[in-house]
Amino acid sequence: MIHQHWISRHSGVLILLPSLILTAIFVYGFIGSSFFISLTNWRTLSVDLSLRDPLWQTYADLLSMPRFQADLRNTFVFTTLFILFAVSLGLGLAILLDRQLAGKGFFRNTFLFPYALSFIVTGVVWRWIFNPETGINLFFDFLGINQALESSGMSPLSPGWTTDPSVVFSVNHILSQVWPAGGDFQIEWGIPVALIPVAIAATWQLSGFVMAMYLGGLGGIRPQIRDAARIDGASEFRLYRSVIIPMLNPITISTVIILIHVSLKIFDLVFAMSGVGPGFATDVPAIFVFEMMFKAARYNLGTSASVVMLILSSLVIVPYLMHSLKTRET
Amino acid sequence: MRFWYLLLILLLSACQTEDQTDSNHQIEIFTWWTSGSEAAALQSVIDAYQTQYPDVKVINASIAGGGGSAARPVLQTRLVGGIPPDTWQTHHGAELMGQYINPGFVTSMKDLYESEGWYEVFSPSLINMVSKDDEPYLIVLNLHRSNTLWFNKLVLSEHGIVIGETLSIETLFEIAEQLSRAGVTPMCMGDTGIWATGIMFENTLLGTLGPDRYLGLWNGSTHFMDPAVMQAITTYGRLLDYLNNDHAALSWDQAADKMARGDCVFYSMGDWAYGEFKRDGLVENIDFGWVAHPGSEGTHLMVTDGFTLAKDAPNADVTRDMLRIMGEREVQENFNLIKGSICARTDCDRSRFGPYLQWAMDEYANGVAVPTVIHGSAAPADFQQALNDALTDFVVRRDVASFAETLAREAQMSGFGS
Repeated sequence: MIHQHWISRHSGVLILLPSLILTAIFVYGFIGSSFFISLTNWRTLSVDLSLRDPLWQTYADLLSMPRFQADLRNTFVFTTLFILFAVSLGLGLAILLDRQLAGKGFFRNTFLFPYALSFIVTGVVWRWIFNPETGINLFFDFLGINQALESSGMSPLSPGWTTDPSVVFSVNHILSQVWPAGGDFQIEWGIPVALIPVAIAATWQLSGFVMAMYLGGLGGIRPQIRDAARIDGASEFRLYRSVIIPMLNPITISTVIILIHVSLKIFDLVFAMSGVGPGFATDVPAIFVFEMMFKAARYNLGTSASVVMLILSSLVIVPYLMHSLKTRET
Repeated sequence: MRFWYLLLILLLSACQTEDQTDSNHQIEIFTWWTSGSEAAALQSVIDAYQTQYPDVKVINASIAGGGGSAARPVLQTRLVGGIPPDTWQTHHGAELMGQYINPGFVTSMKDLYESEGWYEVFSPSLINMVSKDDEPYLIVLNLHRSNTLWFNKLVLSEHGIVIGETLSIETLFEIAEQLSRAGVTPMCMGDTGIWATGIMFENTLLGTLGPDRYLGLWNGSTHFMDPAVMQAITTYGRLLDYLNNDHAALSWDQAADKMARGDCVFYSMGDWAYGEFKRDGLVENIDFGWVAHPGSEGTHLMVTDGFTLAKDAPNADVTRDMLRIMGEREVQENFNLIKGSICARTDCDRSRFGPYLQWAMDEYANGVAVPTVIHGSAAPADFQQALNDALTDFVVRRDVASFAETLAREAQMSGFGS
């Protein structure tokens, strides 16, 4: 009897136990082993698990590598551009579709379709589109834009897109003024032009998903609220700006969190579309990890970069989880 | 109904597993030869094998990507995971030693070398380069030459330029300047894969340092901060100024096609480009010509392709047959005629090969063979990656001192630099 009692009292734990054990091994165990490897001397195919002296030297090496500095810059810039583009486009599409225009079902599916593709497919297609010789640049000739520019004495328009190594809005000199060590950076802190086409491709793929999130949110706003605002004399613009979009805030937060975590982990799209790019203009930490682990066999450096990636994701995800757990409790 | 389907699937998959464990009825060969001439050349070897052994199924597990850049990560994962292919392609030197022999992924082929008389038909220096403790671990199928400067003869003659037997770097710059003034792009490049521009760098390095000091880089007797290395980097930077604008969007073979069309003139590239020119319908010595990359006359920057025998190969017996066939003279001749390279065997019939390959044979026979770093023979994988990264940075920033410092530091960390 006592035995049975024990089982029923602990049934919750017992049912969860297998998945707890698996998670402990395959998630936290492997995070731990990656972290351990990042502290060792293992940098060839032969395993070497002796600890490095000084212990944190691999991290110091990593952060002083111009390539990894560029990766951190690119992650930051790409995340900002991508979220800005995807959220505004997704919201715009959702609002348009919510206004009951003709062909709503058709457009909703059309905008959602890219989300069904794999990032590799998107990357290959957009690589062709942004090829400076054979891609979108041909339209500038075809539409007569270049002829017009040339006849007015200007040079024809032929952007290099993902092959353009320039970095605009560089803030290095500002950095070096407020922070003496800022002058030591070997890379330019600014917006790498080559990242913009990549952000556009990612937006194309995920704005449909954002739209679907917002459509769900818009469906939950009762028509009485709109009517009330209209009776109070709100214009359509004012209605969205002051009533509907603020009501969609929880959706916006969830969407942005999901997109940030897509963006921090991004690999396949960039790898297929532009690779590391000229002067690492489109390199991202995930490509760095892949090349250091599987091409250079520098396991300690690759794992240390993945630990940094984990920390970056945690900075976003952990506060969100804490926040949502707290709201659920109250 | 669904239950029976499920059962059927389970049974079928069980059959398949059984088929896989039944060894020596198939052989898995892992390469990165997927482009037109490469795939055809590989097929000629497989065909030669199949005529003798029609019952064995040959699985061609090739993964696209120049120099094995995409294939090697997959191979590495399979090796570490304990599911190796029976035999795989690799370059000689550091790649073979560091990645496969030292960790113990391959088996010695000494018995094959002895029974097939390969010690007589391969040059001792080549056998030495694929051996550890006198045990050879690789059967070399072909030899490529990396330090060739190709040029479009038709475009040059339009501008009244004739190239002799050799070309100095200063003459190259004079011609490049003349062509640029005439609105012609002097140098060709397609570096979506950074290794392609690495070839031009490595050729310039060899041309500036000469074979002895170049070899010294890899055993620590030449320092990467040596003035001659700085000089080579500067010269390489000057060459970069004459490239086609779209180089970052092209692959190495697209750049070869560009030269074939006459859209650019000089191309410093290994002789795998020769196959591309032939495929584009160009005639040697009429449409296109070649010289040793300036300064590197009398040296042969060697890129080999060879095949290993996996340790505990799933199908070891039939794989030995395959490797034996790869060493046959006629198979090597047929393979290399398609691939556009020269035989690793020294007794191939030279009359079957065209003027360029005969030239390459003479250069190999009479010159000094040195290993390539871009294709993994001269230095370990970590340095190779560091060099690629430093090149990616240099192509944009052009900081000579920082490039040399990075290489010196990485060589030291990799364990061979002084």
